[in-house]
Amino acid sequence: MRQRKVIPGVDPKLLIKDAANLMPEASRRGFLRGAAGLGALAFLTGCDIIDGESAESVLRKVSEFNDGVQATIFNGTKLAPTYPESAITKPFPFNAYYDEDEAPEVNGENYKFEVAGLVDNKKSWTLEDLYALPEVSQITRHVCVEGWSAIGSWQGTTLSEFLKRVGADTRAKYVWFKCAEGYTNTIDMPTALHPQTQMTFKFANRILPRAYGFPMKVRIPTKLGFKNPKYVVAMEVTNTDKGGYWEDKGYNWFSGL
Amino acid sequence: MTAETMTLSVAPTIHPRWVRICHWVNALAILVMIGSGWQIYNASPLFGFTFPPDITLGGWLAGALLWHFAAMWLFVVNGIVYVTLGIFTGRFRKKLLPIRPAEVVSDLKAALTLRLAHDDLSHYNAVQKLLYSGVIIAGILIVLSGLSIWKPVQFQELTALFGGYDTARYVHFFAMATIVAFLAVHIALALIVPKSLRAMVTGR
Repeated sequence: MRQRKVIPGVDPKLLIKDAANLMPEASRRGFLRGAAGLGALAFLTGCDIIDGESAESVLRKVSEFNDGVQATIFNGTKLAPTYPESAITKPFPFNAYYDEDEAPEVNGENYKFEVAGLVDNKKSWTLEDLYALPEVSQITRHVCVEGWSAIGSWQGTTLSEFLKRVGADTRAKYVWFKCAEGYTNTIDMPTALHPQTQMTFKFANRILPRAYGFPMKVRIPTKLGFKNPKYVVAMEVTNTDKGGYWEDKGYNWFSGL
Repeated sequence: MTAETMTLSVAPTIHPRWVRICHWVNALAILVMIGSGWQIYNASPLFGFTFPPDITLGGWLAGALLWHFAAMWLFVVNGIVYVTLGIFTGRFRKKLLPIRPAEVVSDLKAALTLRLAHDDLSHYNAVQKLLYSGVIIAGILIVLSGLSIWKPVQFQELTALFGGYDTARYVHFFAMATIVAFLAVHIALALIVPKSLRAMVTGR
């Protein structure tokens, strides 16, 4: 299914690791099984709607409804709380569905950031080009879908500034990101244009280490951690929801904070 | 209000229909919320234990989150209907108030020595008043702390009220623990006094 084309700056030997070990079953509907609570539910409701595709489709419908609710709640000018330097979590956790020593190693020298879709200028960007963009900084809270949180310090350029420079059609619905290891992410345009949504090149004022997503992370303090892609190698401005790695496995699409 | 008075004049109804409907919808919603909540807790435990997967709902984190954020609507909408009717029909005031500490102490003593009368199901003793009022407050707290965990940016003022994101998680957990403790007592007593269970089904 996955196209394996050569990505500039990325080790071609790098393979995407499946997250199956994090899930009870490899099957897509695994999450509906193996729960004793289901029996109690079927007992209470007196019907067997729980165990089957209808339950999954109802849950997914509600999740889509929740996407709409969150998009409505989202305020494009409301800033995520910021913190003093003393509040930064040390060490800031490495977090992915693979171990730290399996994290992508992107070669910064021949790295090229590809821009596609509804933009005027599709030229790709070298790290030098990207580092020359105006720098902003934020110390915000990263909230993981698992529940834990950590405060980090990120520097880079606002995504809205970058979208302006490439002449993106900001009436488009989505921005899609692709990462070196095959991870993907789609975000809504209002979030892409939020003043704190950042193309991040530094952590705590130092070039992003490999663990935190070298050479580029997209830091979105208004979304859960898994909507903050690391090792980003390409983006596309689009009207098609191309989904994402975890979203496709059942996590809520909008996942706003 | 009129509906209730009319029902009362026909037959001695202990629990009007809206109370019974809200009760059982809530029972379903809270079971799903607790079962899926335990699975979500297991993804990043606050304490040195996790819940046995067999008694959780959802199978894995994403499944549990889907259940949790679906059942929350049932729990919240039903809860709003219940609290609104409870206030405006005067049922809360009549049934749950006043709660006098001296009566709580004497009724608690009587209850623990198994001498507390349950003859009149339409009248709550002081311990019942305290427990039912307490669980309503725990229910309101669990919704508000849940909102502040779910939306710590959009509802950051609420999150701050709970002492920040991380503290709100603990509030959410302890509100759950309070509700679970209530349920243990509540279900045990419903089984010991089966006519109270019947009254919540048939109304009488």
